[in-house]
Amino acid sequence: MYVAVKGGEKAIDNAHAWLDEERRGDLGVAELSLPQIREQLSLAVNRVMAEGSLYDPDLAALAIKQARGDLIEAIFLIRAYRTTLPRIGHSHPVETGKMACDRRISATYKDAPGGQVLGPTFDYTHRLIDFKLAAEAEAEAEAGAEESTPAAATGAAEGGDMPRITDFLNDEGLIQTEAPCDTTPPDMTRAPMEYPAGRPLRLQALTRGDEGFVLGMAYSTQRGYGRNHPFVGELRIGKVPVEMDIPELGFAIEIGEITLTECETVNQFAGSKTEPAQFTRGYGLVFGQTERKAISMALVDRALRWEELGEDNVGVPAQDEEFVLAHSDNIQATGFLEHIKLPHYVDFQSELELIRKLRGDAMATQAQQTQEAAE
Amino acid sequence: MSDYNFAYLDEQTKRMIRRAILKGIAIPGYQVPFASREMPMPYGWGTGGVQVTAACLTPDDTLKVIDQGADDTTNAVSIRKFFQRTAQVATTEKTGKASVIQTRHRIPEEPLREDQILVYQVPIPEPLRFLEPRETETRKMHALEEYGLMHVKLYEDIARHGHIATAYAYPVKVEGRYVMDPSPIPKFDNPKLESAAIQLFGAGREQRIYAIPPFTRVVSLDFEDHPFEASKAAHPCDLCGATHSYLDEVITDDAGGRMFVCSDTDYCTTRQEAGHRGRLSPQEDAA
Repeated sequence: MYVAVKGGEKAIDNAHAWLDEERRGDLGVAELSLPQIREQLSLAVNRVMAEGSLYDPDLAALAIKQARGDLIEAIFLIRAYRTTLPRIGHSHPVETGKMACDRRISATYKDAPGGQVLGPTFDYTHRLIDFKLAAEAEAEAEAGAEESTPAAATGAAEGGDMPRITDFLNDEGLIQTEAPCDTTPPDMTRAPMEYPAGRPLRLQALTRGDEGFVLGMAYSTQRGYGRNHPFVGELRIGKVPVEMDIPELGFAIEIGEITLTECETVNQFAGSKTEPAQFTRGYGLVFGQTERKAISMALVDRALRWEELGEDNVGVPAQDEEFVLAHSDNIQATGFLEHIKLPHYVDFQSELELIRKLRGDAMATQAQQTQEAAE
Repeated sequence: MSDYNFAYLDEQTKRMIRRAILKGIAIPGYQVPFASREMPMPYGWGTGGVQVTAACLTPDDTLKVIDQGADDTTNAVSIRKFFQRTAQVATTEKTGKASVIQTRHRIPEEPLREDQILVYQVPIPEPLRFLEPRETETRKMHALEEYGLMHVKLYEDIARHGHIATAYAYPVKVEGRYVMDPSPIPKFDNPKLESAAIQLFGAGREQRIYAIPPFTRVVSLDFEDHPFEASKAAHPCDLCGATHSYLDEVITDDAGGRMFVCSDTDYCTTRQEAGHRGRLSPQEDAA
């Protein structure tokens, strides 16, 4: 009897209906609102914005809700939406030197003009499950009774000039100078990737690359696969205004503010035949409060700069531009990985036949040899 | 779906893709880089094919979508629905009635005509990728027509197994110049690559488009003493009795019972409608 593999259309509709139900979960539990996700799962929102390459916290919150909390799925929703948006123009480069910092730390100097600002960090928390949070309603009521504004929030957001730590090193010529460049950087979402890609494209790929992948690559350099001895020269998180030229007006206006995490690393460099010893830099810039990603990005950026800085290529993955860039995108990776669950029975059938044929040949030869040995 | 343009992609993107297609047709078998877009289905689900189809479709087209030769596999259904929604084009399951056919892993059994376009979904467009992982190297090898590595691989297969151990995605040489991956079609389909229709190949994740223009010479790589052989299961179809179509093996019970049926569902149905019968055709019909 033949059981046909039919009914694909109905199966898909049913699967979608079931998925909707699963997403909603127990109807006895209140539904999540987008403001709740945006405000209370803000680091998830930040990751979705960063890897989705679209700064829109509300949309990212919606994507997280729709994706049932699967962040790669949420990033995918954002990417597929982003690609349909028209390009109206581009902003001026943001000036992170004038960032209103919520957090700004340097690992290379005890203090610096502008000061160290710890900001809202997990760094010195003890990772003990806070069971008080489980009793959410009571906790909220308590907090409300005590004070409406936490002291920390009022003291945050240091505005004005916030000089870069690496500039102090630059003044002494101790760190390699980044040559200013006015050419329009290529856009990896509008042109196919070609290798060698160059630094602007590398930085684009890294900032939207998978956090886990970039972290793993960065970690590998620390463990000896292309060591570059990084110090976090500076890590800052805060808001910067985004300005854009409006042709009808003839001047630039501020169209909004975005939160960024910027990391500059200071790396050792022994010097070469032509260059005296000098520190070098790695750079990370990511949407939102995403410091693990920004630090990782800076380390990988630095590792990929071996050629420009006259270092040896020791053949490690983090120095290999094509390897890093071709595998950093989690939407590409997850798509290709998961597609192997799609039907492949035509290919499998042809393999079956080949295996049977090869085995048939081998068995025949074996049988013949046994017979010859017996004789 | 009025929020989206006809066939989903905006016109600038379609123009960019059409340019890549035209370049591909002008240089048969050459992989043209194109700025692949994120599509609303995952990479690996046929985003390259979908973009090529979107760039080719006009409102008057009739679209057929197959996966593993069948119109009713889940992903074929999903892609057909996508274009029904975004382009409102007519769809069909009849190979002869379609003007554009998007396929994954098969070429329809029924010979295609000059007024048809066959669009392939391609996972890895580079035939040399498994011999050399680096794009910078493989592009150079194509430019220099340096295909020795591929021949060595095929030779090693023969030395070890007595046969070329590639059963699908069997490499071909197009018009005597570029070695090309025909996408993971079974090698049974390779002779059909010489066709009257335009054949377009889209690889979304790898950002490549390539093409075989109508009536182009397509030669499956082989050796004089080990000529290429288009193989299939040595059975007739159990439903329509066809002896010259590609067959799927279907396990029918726990005791290892199995049957063989055409993987091209339209071909099989058409034959059954014409009165052809196989070993396991329902009895009342056969009587």
